Amino acid sequence: MIDTHDILETIQMIDNENLDVRTITMGISLLDCIDSDIQKACDKIYDKICRYAGNLVKTGEDISKDYGIPIIHKRISVTPISIVAAACQGSDPVRFALTLDRAAKATGVNFVGGYSALVHKGFSPGDYALIQSIPEALSRTEFVCSSVNVGTTKAGINMDAVQKMGHVVLETAEATKDQNCIGPAKLVVFCNAPEDNPFMAGAFHGTGEPDCEINVGVSGPGVVRAALAKAPNCDISQVADIVKKTAFKVTRMGQLVAQEASRRLCVPFGIIDLSLAPTPAVGDSVAHILEEMGLESCGAHGTTAALALLNDAVKKGGVMASSHVGGLSGAFIPVTEDAGMIAAARCGSLSITKLEAMTSVCSVGLDMIVIPGDVPPEIISAIIADEAAIGMVNSKTTAVRLIPAIGKKVGDELNFGGLLGGGPVMEVNRFSPMKFIQRGGRLPAPLQSLKN
Amino acid sequence: MRAVVTVIGKDMVGILARVSAICAKNQVNVIEVTQSVLQDLFAMIMLVDISKCMIPFSQLSDELTASGKDMNLTIHVMHEDIFNSMHRI
Repeated sequence: MIDTHDILETIQMIDNENLDVRTITMGISLLDCIDSDIQKACDKIYDKICRYAGNLVKTGEDISKDYGIPIIHKRISVTPISIVAAACQGSDPVRFALTLDRAAKATGVNFVGGYSALVHKGFSPGDYALIQSIPEALSRTEFVCSSVNVGTTKAGINMDAVQKMGHVVLETAEATKDQNCIGPAKLVVFCNAPEDNPFMAGAFHGTGEPDCEINVGVSGPGVVRAALAKAPNCDISQVADIVKKTAFKVTRMGQLVAQEASRRLCVPFGIIDLSLAPTPAVGDSVAHILEEMGLESCGAHGTTAALALLNDAVKKGGVMASSHVGGLSGAFIPVTEDAGMIAAARCGSLSITKLEAMTSVCSVGLDMIVIPGDVPPEIISAIIADEAAIGMVNSKTTAVRLIPAIGKKVGDELNFGGLLGGGPVMEVNRFSPMKFIQRGGRLPAPLQSLKN
Repeated sequence: MRAVVTVIGKDMVGILARVSAICAKNQVNVIEVTQSVLQDLFAMIMLVDISKCMIPFSQLSDELTASGKDMNLTIHVMHEDIFNSMHRI
């Protein structure tokens, strides 16, 4: 018989600590849908997505029922559309976004990621057209997510793209201002973007991936916090140990679900993304884990060290539990999606500067941060440049997902509802980086030796 | 294929009878039962064989969960694999 304690612990995790599999994401290559006739390309894309992912949602729900594990999202990532759109020069890439949106509705998934361009070294005409179309694409669709990779450790940072993205983020917010500026919540600017990330809004299916695969993102900040709460006086070595053991259990569950989804859908298993992904629900917060470790409020001095410990321990525990690990793997710190972060931002303990420091040790970057709507585009570009530089120099993925709240100022609140949450408008440094950003060009790739 | 049925809630007459009646009706064989009553909180764990179950697993799970709701109990039905994979290396 299985140990009673183990059974009750698992049920406790699911019922009271928000343990779940956050997402099953099917990655689908669209390389065989490329056609110089945009109508034909769109038809092929729609047909392929519906053919491959027709059973994705139902299979996810069945697995959820059979195993008694909540599986929150079923999603699709596709080949960066800029590659597909490159063959249709002169056509409007927004038609691809509308096609993806239609396919999302037909398959019942709640997001399709991959309205993306990889421009870390430079733009092709297709890339530029796609980036230019992002504000319109995100305002005319409901389920499409977009991402742009502006830098890598090997190529450096494309500062022309950084400059452009400042404008695109702002225009996307403007274009969706009557929907709570939701557009930029579906737009991520990356450095070192992973090709197999299952998490939105930054998911896309890289060109090095197979025709189709299943990637799974696990979660469970509440479980980690609860495990730490049971050992209030242990030292930091023991804290790391508790996080590792908990991450192991959480990831094993993800591995089981991934293998089962792969078997039932007859699609190869790709990776498990070992992430702690918070939600605005009470008890599902990464900030609360840091506070459980002994910080009065997330953002206090010591937060970066605590997060570094957490991020590393999650990976160490998870790696052993899974056969293949990838994606973003680590602890997410999206402000509006994390009850503890929202509270810390409201009370003034958490600032954008502290968040930037935290991104040098967390899994991704400046995520879901609401800024005033009157912040000029060059400041947004400069925030992107700073964040990309952290990723480039440290050989890690970093990203920026800022939401300019049009018509709102510091102290106001912006609420999306649901998993995207909501939060206070946070102040940015208003001194101008205009000249630096306007220079354009490429920020050279860093030296990989002489590390200090 | 084996599943674990857990029943948690306030103790009352007939919990075991009702859960095992649903199992029997659907050709689900009860392999092992452990139960404990802590003050008046009842916790029962059943290991059942569902390989001959006459209805789909999800339907069985729904039926047990619904019957738990009638009695103000929380009933979970979960595949055995989940516990083996989470708690064993």
